[in-house]
Amino acid sequence: MRRSLIGRTWPNVIAVVLFVFFIFPVYWMVITAFKQQKDIVSRTPVFLPLDATLDHFKTAVNAPKFWEYVTNSFTVTVVAVLISLVIATLASFAIARMKFRGRKTFVLVVMAAQMAPWEVMTIAVYLISRDNEMLNSLVPLTAFYMMMVLPFTIWTLRSFIAAVPKELEESAMVDGCTRTQAFMKVIFPLLAPGLMSTSLFGFITAWNEFPLVLILNKTDGQTLPLWLSSFQTNFGTDWGATMAASTLFALPVLILFVFLQRKAVGGLTDGAVKG
Amino acid sequence: MAVHSERVQTQSPDTGKAAVASIETSAAGGGVKGTPKKSTRSAGGPGLGTRLAPYLLLLPATVVTLGLLGWPLLKTVLVSFQNLNARQLVQHLTEWNGFENYTEQLTNAEFWAVTGRTVAFTLINVLLIMVGGSLVGLLLNRLGKKMRLLLSIGLLLAWAMPVVAATTVYTWLFDIRFGVVNWFLDRLGWHSMADYNWTGTQYSTFFVIILLIVWGSIPFVAFNMYAGLTTIPKELYEAARMDGAGAGKIFTSVIFPSLKPFFLATTFLEVIWVFKAFTQVYAIKAGGPDSSTRTLPVHAFLEGTGAQHYGTGAAIAVLTILMLGVLMAYYFRIILKQEDEL
Repeated sequence: MRRSLIGRTWPNVIAVVLFVFFIFPVYWMVITAFKQQKDIVSRTPVFLPLDATLDHFKTAVNAPKFWEYVTNSFTVTVVAVLISLVIATLASFAIARMKFRGRKTFVLVVMAAQMAPWEVMTIAVYLISRDNEMLNSLVPLTAFYMMMVLPFTIWTLRSFIAAVPKELEESAMVDGCTRTQAFMKVIFPLLAPGLMSTSLFGFITAWNEFPLVLILNKTDGQTLPLWLSSFQTNFGTDWGATMAASTLFALPVLILFVFLQRKAVGGLTDGAVKG
Repeated sequence: MAVHSERVQTQSPDTGKAAVASIETSAAGGGVKGTPKKSTRSAGGPGLGTRLAPYLLLLPATVVTLGLLGWPLLKTVLVSFQNLNARQLVQHLTEWNGFENYTEQLTNAEFWAVTGRTVAFTLINVLLIMVGGSLVGLLLNRLGKKMRLLLSIGLLLAWAMPVVAATTVYTWLFDIRFGVVNWFLDRLGWHSMADYNWTGTQYSTFFVIILLIVWGSIPFVAFNMYAGLTTIPKELYEAARMDGAGAGKIFTSVIFPSLKPFFLATTFLEVIWVFKAFTQVYAIKAGGPDSSTRTLPVHAFLEGTGAQHYGTGAAIAVLTILMLGVLMAYYFRIILKQEDEL
């Protein structure tokens, strides 16, 4: 190779700079949460606090109704994802394996629904929930979160189902299974990883949702994103506690994401290649 | 979207990848679909049950989509033709007022200012995301194994960070007195920035919002770009290099043509996501200072539920949805064309 030392070094230098750029906000969030108060309100930032403290986490966890928000967030997210998983499995089996009139239309609707402008539909959702006297309740929130993750779930499961060789199913039916039995006994077990990662992505989406809960549940039934966004206002400028709260909120997602990344993307591309 | 939101996200950032992947599956599946249907049933044509089966399987999905997505959409349109303010809401009155909300908006200087701002905001963001993401993707392709892993970790964490948490962290990074950004600029010798109030003016607030969005969106583009680059056969590069092509020429004559579908689809996805971005814009300064950073979704929200002019807000929402509809139509044309080509 004729490349000079500089030619070989500069990509690495840029990579390090970019690494710092992308990771710094995450690092700063976690590190601030562990800092002593005096190091937070210091005109010279402390980049590596050696005397870490858990005080800010205590403040965040002992904040009024914290556990209620945690429970709400988990309830809404888990129920929404489970319902959408059931509905999506049925639908994605039909579009991955069956031929019928209107199939293409349905696929297009799913694609469009994936990009539904929920951000500007909040007014209508608010009015609908209000007319049914369901403001500050977890029911509409669960229903709409279910709808938010449903198109993506159908979409992804479709490629996972398509990735299961058709011959497996057919040979099960030759051996005397009905189509339903073939699905339950052959496809479903093979689908487990797909169901797993799809539902975890649904979980992340619903867990992070903000505009809808902002408008629907002002006094009750609040979730963690809403709590976090108002944390600063409620706690003055207690940056330590705010960052501890952010860390607690982001941690499950960060862990899931790192764990999922390779698997899910691998699964998707496998599905694409094997078709 | 997203995800994140949001991502992801809310929207969620993975949708694009799924879309790209499934185009290929559906195309590949199309070939397999030629298998005769008869094998699933014994002699004779398919029975009634077999013909109805797909529709029964789609029934739950169709019902919930109509009820939970179709109805709110329709409701948005209906309300946009009503005079619905706090009084009418409390007394449960329905006052139709024709196109009044629309004429009011379309002749309103603020609406057009917000629209222009949203377009400019979207263009700047998407330009930065696409150029930045592509460059980072190219860099990933060029790095050695260890450095690639390092950069991937940074990108992954930025990508995974929930939007609300990221927004809170950015507010802290850009804090007036104790923010690390102001300290850093001061240390660099830019002393007037020592106590700079980032959310004090329109441009500086937008700077923070755009940085937040670009930071969170580049990883998706970069990873996709890198994944696309690994599919280009090595021979193509070698052939181009033998013909004496430089780095720039290789990009325009080898990489770009191979990844053109990726560029088109991702650009449109990003345009749609940024155009309707709500959380980042709202949570940084709620459209302030003095409403100068309102984009269309935030404007619809603040007019609709903030000021309790639900009819007006719904009209802004419908106009926004129409603009998004045009963008989405282009996106689908690209996707469907690809499907035919494959």
